[in-house]
Amino acid sequence: MSSNPMTTAPLISGPHAHSEESVAKVMATVMVALLPATLFGFWAYGWPAIFLFTITLLSTLAGEAIGLQLAGKPQRLFLLDGSAILTGWLLALSLPPWAPWWVGVVGGLLATLIGKQIFGGIGQNLFNPAMLARVALLISFPVEMTQWVGPHPITTAAAPGFLDGLAITFSGIPNVDSVTGASILGHAKTELTRGIGLTSSLPGHYDATAFSLGTVAGSMGETSGVLLLLGGIVLLMRKVITWHIPVAMLGSVILLSAIFHHVNPERFADPLFHLMAGGMMLGAFFIATDMVTSPTGRIGQLVFGIGCGVLVWVIRTFGAFPEGVAFAVLLMNAATPLIDHYLRPRIYGRRRDGRPLELAERKES
Amino acid sequence: MKLFRFRGGVHPHGHKLLSNQQEIDVLPLPRRLYVPVQQHIGVPAQPVVVPGQKVLKGELIAAAQGTLSAAVHAPTSGTVVEIGPFTAPHPSGLPVTTIIIDSDGEDRWCDEQAHNTDPFSLTPQEISDRVAAAGIVGMGGATFPSALKLHLGHKQRVHTLIINGGECEPYLTCDDRLMRESADTVIDGVRIMVHAIGLEGASIAIEDNKPQAYAAMRSAAEPYPEIRVVRVPSLYPMGSEKQMIQFLTGIEVPAGTRSAEIGLLVHNVATAHAIHEAVRFARPLVSRVVTVSGGAVRNKRNLQVPIGTLVQELFDYCGLVENPARLIMGGPMMGQVIPHTRVPVVKGTSGIIALSQRELGEMQTMPCIRCGRCVGACPVGLMPLELMARVRAADFDGAIDYGLHDCISCGSCAYVCPSHLPLTQFFNFAKGELVTRDVEKRKNDYTRKLAADRQARLQREAEEKKRAAAERKAARAAAKAAKATEQETQA
Ligand code: SF4
Ligand code: SF4
Repeated sequence: MSSNPMTTAPLISGPHAHSEESVAKVMATVMVALLPATLFGFWAYGWPAIFLFTITLLSTLAGEAIGLQLAGKPQRLFLLDGSAILTGWLLALSLPPWAPWWVGVVGGLLATLIGKQIFGGIGQNLFNPAMLARVALLISFPVEMTQWVGPHPITTAAAPGFLDGLAITFSGIPNVDSVTGASILGHAKTELTRGIGLTSSLPGHYDATAFSLGTVAGSMGETSGVLLLLGGIVLLMRKVITWHIPVAMLGSVILLSAIFHHVNPERFADPLFHLMAGGMMLGAFFIATDMVTSPTGRIGQLVFGIGCGVLVWVIRTFGAFPEGVAFAVLLMNAATPLIDHYLRPRIYGRRRDGRPLELAERKES
Repeated sequence: MKLFRFRGGVHPHGHKLLSNQQEIDVLPLPRRLYVPVQQHIGVPAQPVVVPGQKVLKGELIAAAQGTLSAAVHAPTSGTVVEIGPFTAPHPSGLPVTTIIIDSDGEDRWCDEQAHNTDPFSLTPQEISDRVAAAGIVGMGGATFPSALKLHLGHKQRVHTLIINGGECEPYLTCDDRLMRESADTVIDGVRIMVHAIGLEGASIAIEDNKPQAYAAMRSAAEPYPEIRVVRVPSLYPMGSEKQMIQFLTGIEVPAGTRSAEIGLLVHNVATAHAIHEAVRFARPLVSRVVTVSGGAVRNKRNLQVPIGTLVQELFDYCGLVENPARLIMGGPMMGQVIPHTRVPVVKGTSGIIALSQRELGEMQTMPCIRCGRCVGACPVGLMPLELMARVRAADFDGAIDYGLHDCISCGSCAYVCPSHLPLTQFFNFAKGELVTRDVEKRKNDYTRKLAADRQARLQREAEEKKRAAAERKAARAAAKAAKATEQETQA
């Protein structure tokens, strides 16, 4: 900032009024919007989920603190802006709820150190840090990252107690194979590769109501599509995000899956399945809309959302991995600078190409 | 009437109730007035009085220099005590030639009996002459000489006249009160303008947060169907000329063009009032309504203030509850910071806002989080974050490519920025820098031209010398030859 021209500017100029928004308030609103789905995750997966969530958040903060220290930036200001907590929060929601403690530690440190601080801290990162960490974990620890447990509601006898929960998080799940299984997306993919079509593989495994509510096996905070949608609506109403990215993303997934499902229901899942399975809702409202890594212009946001939607569907349908939200968002993150460069809004009094409006257009036709 | 919309915009808290509840109050006559000779865009006026000279209210004290200039009149009767540089309300805080008048307390007009003229018997030229003689400038803050605008309007076949009663800036209520209390005279001023430009009618746009003003103007305009009073939503920057045009007509003023060139003219309601006074009663613009508001002010209100009154006098009258954290002339969105209270009120001063420390708030700036709110808020369609990145890197060409010259400095982007980045300040800085560079460049070009001219002149002179020498030589030779011939013949 030594070349900051402000130091040479003579006097303060306007505006002298402000909307009183702040980075911390924006982040806090997102956290509030995440709360319903998060609490549901705590309820459904019990103490292990709560421990893993806490560990992930603390690790993310630790990574941020180390990064700030190395960069010689003020700790208090940036640790309290809420961005690191939010990153850890989102990462935790995308993890298998009973994953071991070190998954949270490695993921959290990766997210803020590699995903954010290396790029120069808040606002500078090209990729969504939570998704970067998630993908890195998935590639490095494929077993731990795909051990999904079904719901063990904390209010029921099936739930592990506090001490059992500690044991699960810190020394592994006893009788792993009896409590864990594939996610629905993984199940469908495996069956398809064995030549078993969706109409035979899904019944008994997939119930649209349970999937919408989230009482199924899956990531800590991704399963409840309905609660995530509620959170998304909160974000829209508080104007933290605009409709462009989620609508474009969900819309393109719905459109593609509807067309292909109509053509071949054996091979292609229906739209509701795509919406409610995996990280689609969390992705559309909370991940793809990450401000730092998505375009700032409205048209750019539409293109970005469509890109995310198409990629998720393609990866889920044709890719090697059963789930594609993280990959899709990361790929589109890489395209964001380009999108923002080419899809700028039209300037008042100018044509799209930047030339002044023609005389002929002056007299409104 | 069909309305359109403009892009972006913000809804700042209005703070209008602070000052719009009471009638316009008349400020007791100050003892001393400081009247700058430049209160408008264009060439400064030339003083026509000397220290020691007695003047009457409304007497010309500085004459306009050409059409892009505005005359200045004595705001009260008294004695000119000094003519010299004095702090002017300008962000640079640089002094401007100022005529200082000690009031004699009588406030006597130069023509005691104001004559009443029927403006509709005058020709357009006569009207714009009277407006010019009254020294009227755009009172919404733009301060462009109004006579020139009318004159151009008449010449350039303006087809639409818009009267701006938007007053979209927070805190300001002077136009609101003026419309409530003097709707008839404002409407009269509008009709005079319509006549002067040779139009069929005009539209007066009033934001919907001023229902009383709207009602008063509506009923005052009742007898004149050609005057439409239009209610527009309260959306900042509705009062910005280009945005208002777009909202009312759907037309965008092409980049690099003035609105008059495409047949559109926008005047402010206070200007309309001043035109009424000038044309009907030959009263020059010597006072105006000023909103005195802000958290630091005790009795927030609107005051009728003689031009040249020091801001300090307004505070003495209204009282302060605390030391103002910031003083602004105009509204808080686009107004100018004034360095201290010894700055005079000028023709374009719509308000004096003394913000308290609490209102200013604590603004911890953070890095840009690319939230895109600035992009959504910009009424021009710029990407302020990208623009800022380029200005920061001193990449002015890049900034121009991203629309620096299209930015209207409305402050909407900075208003919404959650990182509290002083976006608009960056843009104003960059624009200033470009102007300076432009001036530098023109200076350099001029110097280069002078040098080139000199070179050419020297060369020309050298050639001339050579030619002269050659001619002399030839003449000598010819003379010699002639002499020889003569001798021969004599021989
Ligand atoms: S509003 Fe501020 S933080 Fe958001 S993109 Fe614009 S400059 Fe960046
Ligand atoms: S100040 Fe300039 S860039 Fe910012 S919103 Fe206004 S016009 Fe757009």
